[in-house]
Amino acid sequence: MIDLTDPIVLARLQFAFTISFHIIFPATSIGLASFLAFVHWRWLRTGEEIFLTLFDYWIKPFAVVFGMGVVSGLMMSYEFGTNWSVFSDKAGPVIGPLMGYEVMTAFFVEAGFLGVMLFGRDRVGPRLHFFASFMVAAGTLASAFWILSVNSWMQTPAGYAINEAGQFVPEDWFEIVFNPSFPYRLVHMVFAAYLTTALVIAGTGAFHLLRNNENQPVRKMFSMALWFIAIIAPLQILAGDQHGLNTYEHQPAKVAALEGHFKTRSAAPEYLFGWPNMDTGEIDYAVSIPYLGSWILTHDFHAEIIGLDQFDRQDWPNVPILFWSFRIMVGLGLLFFCLGLMGLVQRFRGRLYDSRLLAVSALLLGPTGYVAVLCGWITTEVGRQPYTIYGLLRTVDSASPVAAPAVATSLIAIVLVYLFIFGLGTVYVLRLLAQMPPDSPAQLSRSLLDQGGRRAVKILKLLKISRGAR
Amino acid sequence: MDFALIWAFILAVSVFVYVALDGFDLGVGILFPLLRDEEERDTAISAIAPVWDGNETWLVLGGGGLLAAFPLAYSVIFPALYVPLIVMLLALIFRGVAFEYRVHSRKRKWFWDRAFFGGSLMAAFSQGIALGAWLQGIEVTGRAYAGGWWDWVSPFSVATGLAVICGYALLGAAWINLKTEGPLQQRIESLIRPLAAGTVGFIVAVSAWTPLLDGRYSLRWFAWPTMLYAVPVPILVGLTVLALWRSIEKGRALRAFFCAEALFLLCYIGLGISVWPDIVPTNITIHEAAAPDKSLAFLLVGAVVMVPAILIYTAAAYWIFRGKVRHGGYHH
Ligand code: HDD
Ligand code: HEM
Ligand code: HEM
Repeated sequence: MIDLTDPIVLARLQFAFTISFHIIFPATSIGLASFLAFVHWRWLRTGEEIFLTLFDYWIKPFAVVFGMGVVSGLMMSYEFGTNWSVFSDKAGPVIGPLMGYEVMTAFFVEAGFLGVMLFGRDRVGPRLHFFASFMVAAGTLASAFWILSVNSWMQTPAGYAINEAGQFVPEDWFEIVFNPSFPYRLVHMVFAAYLTTALVIAGTGAFHLLRNNENQPVRKMFSMALWFIAIIAPLQILAGDQHGLNTYEHQPAKVAALEGHFKTRSAAPEYLFGWPNMDTGEIDYAVSIPYLGSWILTHDFHAEIIGLDQFDRQDWPNVPILFWSFRIMVGLGLLFFCLGLMGLVQRFRGRLYDSRLLAVSALLLGPTGYVAVLCGWITTEVGRQPYTIYGLLRTVDSASPVAAPAVATSLIAIVLVYLFIFGLGTVYVLRLLAQMPPDSPAQLSRSLLDQGGRRAVKILKLLKISRGAR
Repeated sequence: MDFALIWAFILAVSVFVYVALDGFDLGVGILFPLLRDEEERDTAISAIAPVWDGNETWLVLGGGGLLAAFPLAYSVIFPALYVPLIVMLLALIFRGVAFEYRVHSRKRKWFWDRAFFGGSLMAAFSQGIALGAWLQGIEVTGRAYAGGWWDWVSPFSVATGLAVICGYALLGAAWINLKTEGPLQQRIESLIRPLAAGTVGFIVAVSAWTPLLDGRYSLRWFAWPTMLYAVPVPILVGLTVLALWRSIEKGRALRAFFCAEALFLLCYIGLGISVWPDIVPTNITIHEAAAPDKSLAFLLVGAVVMVPAILIYTAAAYWIFRGKVRHGGYHH
C-alpha cells in the first residue's frame, strides 16, 4: 500500500501532481497558439473582420492559460533538483543539455514575443504583430520537441555510455535526441494538444450556438474546430496505434500490463473491460474479443504475445492503473472520431449550426481532451515504473536525500496553492468563454447574404411580418 | 578549450541578467503597498507586464543550465536549499498569475494586488536566503547533500534575505521613476536615495560578515596578491553611489536606473571573487562538478547562436515598449 512516511513515495506523489497540472496548460497553449497564428494569418490575407474578432476573443483565455503554464513549468524545472537529485546527477549530462536547448529555443522565444503579441498591436505594424504570434506558436512547438525528447530518452535510452562516477554520459547526440520512441511520442502529443484545443473551441462554439446560432464568429469557430477534429481524430488513432507498436518493441512489459496480458500466449484476446488482479494473474469480470489482442499488436490473429510472466515480479508496473488509463484514453479517442464524423455529416446536410445533437455532443466532449491527455501520460509514466530511466535506473534509487517531513510539508503546500490558484484560473477562463464574441453589423448582413436560398427568404418574410405587425 | 570555465561564465552571466531584470519587477511588487490608488497600481503593473515573462525565463536558464553544465552542483545545492526554493517557486506562482487575474477578477482585485505584493516580497526574501545559505557552505558527503532540511536558516542568511529585499526595492523604484510621470513618479523618486542608503548599509554588513564565515574568504580579501582584485570593488561601489546621487539631483532617470544596476553588478563581482573557484562553496569546485565536455560542447553550440539572438530581441521588446507608460496602461 502507499506508505506516506516514505520520502520517495511523497516525492513521486508531488511530481505526479505538479506535472499533471502543468501538462494541462501546454496542451492548451500549444493548440491555441497555433490557432491564433492561423486566424491572424487569415486576417492578414483576407482582411475579413471576423478573423480579427476571433483573434481578440481567444487571446484573452490564451494569456491566462499561458501565465499558468509558465509558473507551473518553473516549478517543474526546479523539482528535478529538489526531489530527484540522484537522478539529476546521473542523467544531467544527457538530459540537461536537451532542456537547456528547450530554454534557449523555446521559452525565450515565447517569452520574448509574447509581450508584443499581447500588448503590441498599436505599437508595431500588422506584419510584425503577426510575426510575433507566429513565433509564439513556433516556440510552443519547439518546447514540445525538446521536452518530449527528454521524456522519450527516459523511456527508450540510446546513444549513451556510463562513466566511473555512475553518470550517463553522451556518446552520440543524434541517437539521444532521436531515440527510438521520440518521433512517435512527439507526433502523438502534438496531435493530442491540437485535438484538445479543437474540442475546447468546438465546445465553446456549441455553448453559444445553443443560445444564438446566428452569431457569425461563433459559427466560424465551431466550423473551424469541427474541421480540425474530423481531420486530426483519425490521424491520432493511427498515430496511437503506431506508438503502441513501437512501445511493444521497446517496453513489452508496459504493453503487457496495459493490455492485461499476464500470460504469454498465442491467439490472445483483447480485453474490453475487466479488473486485472495482480495477485492471481487473472482478469476478473473480463469482457473480451478473442484473437483481437494478437491482431492489434502483430496484425496476425494467431501470433504469440508476450505476457507479464516473462518479467520478474519486481519489474512489473501497476497493472490496474495502466489497464484503465489506457482504456479511457482509447475510448475517448474513438468518441472524438465519432464527433468528427457527425460534424462532417451535418455539414454536408447543411445543418452544421442547427443540429442540437451535434452541439450538445460537442459541448459535453469539450473538456474531455484533457482527460485523454492525462490518461495517456499516466499510461506512459506509470508504465515506465519501477524505473525512471527504463531498465537502467530505478525510481527508488533516483530521489534526493531530503527528509520525509520536508517533502510532506511542501507537498501539502503545493496541493493547496495549486488547487486555489489554478481553480480560480479555470473560473476566469470559463467566465471569458461564457461571453459571446461581438458580432458586427457588417457581419450580420453578410450572413444574411451567404445563407442564400430558403433561409434568406424565410428571414425576409419574418422581417416583413414583424414590420407589418407594427 | 576549458568548457567548464566557459559555462561557469555563461551561467554567472545569466544569473546576473536574471537578478538585474527580475530584480526590478519584483521590486515594483515590493513597493506596491506604497501606491495610492487603482490607477497608480495599474500604471505600475503596465510598466512591467510586457517584459516580466522574459525576465523570469533567465531563472529557468539558470536552473536548467546548472543541471546541464554542472549536474553535481545542481543535485547538491537544490536539496540543501529545498525549503527556500519551494517557497520561492510558490511565491512566484502568486505574483505570476496576479498579472492576469487582477484584470479578470471582479470583486477581488484587492486580493490579487496583495498577492502580487506578497509573492514579490517572499520571492525576493527566499532568493536572498538561498544566496546566504549557499555562501555559508553546504555539507557534502560523496556526491550528495549531507545536511538537514533546516541548515539554511542562520542569522547570516536572514541578513542576506533582507539585503535582497532592500536592493530589489531600489531597482523597482528606479524603474518606476523611469517609466512613469506625475505625482507617482515624484513620490517614488524621493524613495530612491533612502533605499540606496539601505542597500549600501547591507552591502557593508554582508561584506564584513562574509570573511568571518570561513577562513578562505578572508584569505581572498585580505591577503596579497588576491587583494589586488578585491580592492577596486569597494572603491567602485563608492563612486557608483555618488553617481546615483547626482543623477537623482539632475532628474536623469535612466542614468539613476543604471547606477542602481551597477551596484548589483559590483556586489556580484565581489561575490565571485569570494567563492572562486568553487561552485558549492568550500566543497566542490567548478571543474569537479562539470558535465563531460561532450555535453558542454553540444549545448555551447546552441548558446553561441541563441544567447546573442535572445539578447537582441529582448532589447527590441524593451525598445518597442520604451517611454513612459500612459495612465491605465496596456490592454489586450
Ligand atoms: C487527446 C489526447 C489523446 C487521444 C485521443 C489518444 N491519445 Fe494516446 N496518448 C496521449 C494522448 C491521446 C498523450 C497524452 O499525448 C500520450 C502520453 C505520452 C505520449 O506521447 O502521448 C499518449 C500515450 C499513448 C500510448 C503510450 C505510449 C508509451 O507509453 O510508450 C499509447 C500506446 C497510445 N497513446 C495509444 C493511443 C491509441 C491507440 C489511441 C486511439 C484512440 C490514443 N492513444 C488516443
Ligand atoms: C507532461 C505530462 C506528464 C505527466 C502527466 C506525467 C505523469 C507522471 C506520473 C503520474 C508519475 C508518477 C509515476 C509513478 O510514480 O508511478 C511521473 C513520474 C515522473 N515523470 Fe512524468 N509525466 C509527464 C511528463 C514527464 C516528462 C516530460 C518527464 C521528463 C522530462 C517526466 C519525468 C518524470 C519523472 C522524473 C518522474 C519521477 C519518477 C517516478 O516516480 O516515476 N514526466 N510522471
Ligand atoms: C510533455 C510534457 C511537456 C510539454 C509538452 C511542455 C510544454 C511546455 C510549453 C509549451 C510551455 C510554454 C508555456 C505555456 O505555453 O504554458 C511550457 C512551459 C514550461 N515548461 Fe513545460 N512541458 C512539458 C513538461 C515539462 C517538464 C517535465 C518540465 C520540467 C523540466 C517543464 C518545464 C517548463 C518550464 C520551466 C516552463 C516555463 C517556461 C517559461 O518561463 O516560459 N515542462 N512547457
